[in-house]
Amino acid sequence: MKRVVALLMENQPGALSRVVGLFSQRGYNIESLIVAPTDDPSLSRLTMVTEGDAKAVEQITKQLNKLIDVVKVVDLSEEEFIGRELLLIKLRATKDLKTKIEDSRGEIVFESEEIINVQFVGSSDEVDVFLSSLSKDEILEIARSGLSGVSASEKLLTI
Amino acid sequence: MAIEKLSGADALMRSLKEEGVELIFGYPGGASLHIYDALFNQEDIEHILVRHEQGAVHAADGYARACGKPGVVFVTSGPGATNAITGLATAYMDSIPVVVISGQVKSHLIGTDSFQETDMIGVSRPIVKHSFLAQRAEDIPEIVKKAFHIATTGRPGPVVIDIPKDVSEPSYTFDFSYPEEVDIRSYKPVEEGHSGQIRRAAKLILKSEKPVIYTGGGVIQDEASEELTQLAKMLNFPVTNTLMGLGAYPGTDEQFIGMLGMHGTYQANMVMHECDLILAVGARFDDRITNEPKKFSLNSKKIHIDIDPASLSKIIDVDVPIVGSAKTCLSQLIKELERRSSDYDSSKLDPWWKQINEWRDKHGLNHSMLDTPPKNGKILPQQVIQSLYKESKGKAYVTSDVGQHQMFAAQYYHFDSPRQWINSGGLGTMGFGLPAAMGVQLAFPDADVACVTGEGSIQMCIQELSTCLQYGLPIKIINLNNSALGMVKQWQDMQYGGRHSQSTYGESLPDFVKLSESYGHVGIKVEDFNDLEGAMKECLSMKDRLVFLDVVIDEEEHVYPMLEAGMEMSAMWLDKDKKTWE
Repeated sequence: MKRVVALLMENQPGALSRVVGLFSQRGYNIESLIVAPTDDPSLSRLTMVTEGDAKAVEQITKQLNKLIDVVKVVDLSEEEFIGRELLLIKLRATKDLKTKIEDSRGEIVFESEEIINVQFVGSSDEVDVFLSSLSKDEILEIARSGLSGVSASEKLLTI
Repeated sequence: MAIEKLSGADALMRSLKEEGVELIFGYPGGASLHIYDALFNQEDIEHILVRHEQGAVHAADGYARACGKPGVVFVTSGPGATNAITGLATAYMDSIPVVVISGQVKSHLIGTDSFQETDMIGVSRPIVKHSFLAQRAEDIPEIVKKAFHIATTGRPGPVVIDIPKDVSEPSYTFDFSYPEEVDIRSYKPVEEGHSGQIRRAAKLILKSEKPVIYTGGGVIQDEASEELTQLAKMLNFPVTNTLMGLGAYPGTDEQFIGMLGMHGTYQANMVMHECDLILAVGARFDDRITNEPKKFSLNSKKIHIDIDPASLSKIIDVDVPIVGSAKTCLSQLIKELERRSSDYDSSKLDPWWKQINEWRDKHGLNHSMLDTPPKNGKILPQQVIQSLYKESKGKAYVTSDVGQHQMFAAQYYHFDSPRQWINSGGLGTMGFGLPAAMGVQLAFPDADVACVTGEGSIQMCIQELSTCLQYGLPIKIINLNNSALGMVKQWQDMQYGGRHSQSTYGESLPDFVKLSESYGHVGIKVEDFNDLEGAMKECLSMKDRLVFLDVVIDEEEHVYPMLEAGMEMSAMWLDKDKKTWE
């Protein structure tokens, strides 16, 4: 089962490598990982999607919590949460493409005669659906951000 | 107070002094020369020059295990740092507080593949509790403060401080002050157990009719032996210790049923399998204990006290997990039980004790093997340990290496005190015993320190014999010499049709007596059972000499009991032909 773990860690060199290293060291998989500083510049927020049953994820969150650089960990997928991915996609410009993109809530951010660059924001499923609406011949390159998320309730991941 | 201007290197030495460090184990090199010069210019801290950095970390580790203070190591960059890795991994697996301070190439050279450059922070990352790269001399005091705090609190463990050479540069000085307190927002170990969980644990304890207390290294690390003994005595519960936990409960006490696990006693493993309650304290249900986790002690309720939340329900699901320090949680539990004690009558355990004693009588270890000279004249390894126990009056600090000799020492030397038995339990590091014994001897100069080893293990750090001469360390090396890598050979006998692939050395073993003499020590070789006790006496009587007692033992001897892989804890080999299951 896919689980989404979010954490706050010290915004310091070496912190990210400790988090990522833990996953390989303990044999956990990372499906996607996204990290950036928060409004408090001393902290970075990291969201990762991993695969595992409840027991495995409990162990993962405990091991993450043990890392000295990790300040707080939550398993977002324990409850309702909002997860979004950013997709940037470079497409070969064809005749009906623009209408198709606009119908699917894609936003054209740059275009030339040959190519159209599109951004799309949505849940991972929505990104998948958007991608599958395009044909292989149209897609030149894709960049997915990986999932970022917050809990849907009033619960906060802050310190 | 006058403000002092110190260089990074002087600030390091001063910070270590502030932490109460008296002893450093190490080996100098290019990147740590400024640090070694600062060491030279002070008089508070003594340095022990080892012969290999692995020895330095094991010695610091042995020191920490024996006296409870963190062990401190200096190594240089590159090979100095990588040689420290095995020592770090050993300390990490057994949760030992060690601080390794490594020199690093100058900051501007980092990442350029410069001479003796290794990414120490990266290489050591999975085997340290935490690590620091000092980027400015001014950061050193706070880093040292944090490093010692992290190494010694919570679940202890090794910490690395990597210091680029320019950061310890003598020409740059700054206003030194040492922080009085440390606050790390992401690191707040929980000491006290949850009171509701303590109450639930107490209820289970009072209800149990077939209980066992199973404790590990955590009780020793946390100085909780007194509380453990008090609890066991007030309840009349049997106690078993892991390999790491021996000595936490007096080994000669009647309620002690021996070590458990892979080479645990018959009665301890049977008790674990048949009990209705396990009270686990500072132990982690590792694979050398549980055998097949799916078949582990299926009919028992389980209470697990551990300082590390990640140890709880990691391998075995427990009914009452309690996060907290062994000492505090045991005290809480004792108080709670005292409050409820009117309900308790320990005589309900009589049938359980009757059963345990039957097991003990049936297949318990024979601790009187010295009374029976072996038929073939060959000395048995168990007899050597029993002789060591007898002649040292059970008071020696015993370090060991890894293999059969380690298990014989654990099984046959009764450890009555915590910190008396010092071995690499988690990582299983051959070469640990001799340098660890140096650390113990330096912590307790007047104590008898014996290193029980084998001719395989001792050769992995034998160069430290030279260190022992330099610092006059009168360690007693008890070499159980069976001319083979005994534990490997045992497994090959049992599982590989006796094909001894690379577990013997032909005729290549050194003459250990001459070898010891060339290092300036005393060597004694024993081959005849009738000479064993006399030689052991002589060995231990030489209070200010290192003695290498090379005992030629029966090379056919195996360690038993031994758990059968993939089965429950009651499935044991009792000798070469006898097993407890069909």
